[in-house]
Amino acid sequence: MEKYTCDICGYEYDPKTGDTANDVAANTAFKDVPESWVCPICNAGKDSFSEA
Amino acid sequence: MKPTEIKKDIYWLGAVEWNLKDFHSYTHSDKGTSYNAYLIKDEKNVLIDSLEKEYKEKLFCGLAQTLKGEKLHYLVVNHIEPDHAGVLTELVEKYQPEKIFCSPMADKNLASFCPKKDTWPIVVTPTGTNVSIGKRSLTFVEARMLHWPDNMATYCPEEKMLFSNDAFGQNYASSKCYIDEVGREVIEPSLARYYGNIILPYSAMVLKILPAIAALDIDMICPAHGLIWRGEDCQYALDKYQEYAEQKPTKKAVIVYSTIWHTTEKMAEAIASGLHEAGVEAKIMDAKIYNPTEIMCEVMNSGGVIFGAPTHNNGILPQMGGVLTYLKGLRPQNKLGFCFGSYGWSGESIAVLEEWMQKMNIESFPLETPLKIQNSSNHEILKKCLETGKAFGEELSKRVDSLK
Repeated sequence: MEKYTCDICGYEYDPKTGDTANDVAANTAFKDVPESWVCPICNAGKDSFSEA
Repeated sequence: MKPTEIKKDIYWLGAVEWNLKDFHSYTHSDKGTSYNAYLIKDEKNVLIDSLEKEYKEKLFCGLAQTLKGEKLHYLVVNHIEPDHAGVLTELVEKYQPEKIFCSPMADKNLASFCPKKDTWPIVVTPTGTNVSIGKRSLTFVEARMLHWPDNMATYCPEEKMLFSNDAFGQNYASSKCYIDEVGREVIEPSLARYYGNIILPYSAMVLKILPAIAALDIDMICPAHGLIWRGEDCQYALDKYQEYAEQKPTKKAVIVYSTIWHTTEKMAEAIASGLHEAGVEAKIMDAKIYNPTEIMCEVMNSGGVIFGAPTHNNGILPQMGGVLTYLKGLRPQNKLGFCFGSYGWSGESIAVLEEWMQKMNIESFPLETPLKIQNSSNHEILKKCLETGKAFGEELSKRVDSLK
């Protein structure tokens, strides 16, 4: 599972850890993160992320 | 203030705003501010950042005094916000620089402020880019979200100077130039106030960037607001940023409330007494009296955050709503809290406050029954407020002690 980086702020989504503070469990691939999820740092949508 | 030589051939060119209280319409400054630009004279003369548009003439005058007829070769845009890049278009037109250095995100967004940007000699400088300017060189370090996506810092290794832009800045007006001329303990509240009200939501990014900055050999940090850090004060500034960003809980609690007929206020006082009995320092702040910036400073310092409000028109009072909106946006972390209030007949305020608390990720301290009073205060409930404050204070203390 690949890491993804926010194009706006540089936050890195790591599927190993997920984003548990925002209801994304560990071991969730980026493609399976809900479309409503936003970058926890800058609030950008999923479409602002690129594969790291 | 006149341009000041801060190292040989390196000048502070700034504007001091002695009377500023309203900073960017969203935060309150109690000590004014300054906008700082810096000129390095070398084989290539470089201006790092500019000023607010209002200070265009001042900047041009300062440049004339320091350049003494020489060319301005390079511009560095550490941040595109108008208080630092407000004179950029006029600078480019007047001085026709050979190169303009900026971060990848500034390159992406600068045209929305400066429509002529695409005709300019922009050089994009991702982290690690090094540019020679003669005897000296400049290395660029992206500082994304400190506090905009485009923020960047510029490091001059030969001079051990970091031009950090908004990072390590303070809203502080002074005729002095350096922190050590005023005293770092005097400046610290302004550093914290700036951090808590501007940088705090991006603390995760701060913790990521700080090690890269700490690895640099630095003996002067030149921010774009306030005074310059030099010598041992540089490490002090880095340590403070580490501390602010970590947001470890403290044995302090702030009670933010609004009141109509002083019932909620009496509850706040009873809770504060309980906190005091538990050895926790309490601060009570009326949302109508204190401005949101001052309240945020206390929230940042406090492990406990407690909200109180009377029910008004089935909701809460507007001042309280404004403060909560502001606090939520700044995303304070690692807080423990609870809510209380008074009411006349319907009593929705506590649920409204609790919803805010949940949205702010403040951990809810469990209460046996809600702390609410109908109309005027009664001893039974005030006693319960005191006991709750005490129990809350004991829990907070326990958590703080367990971190040691």
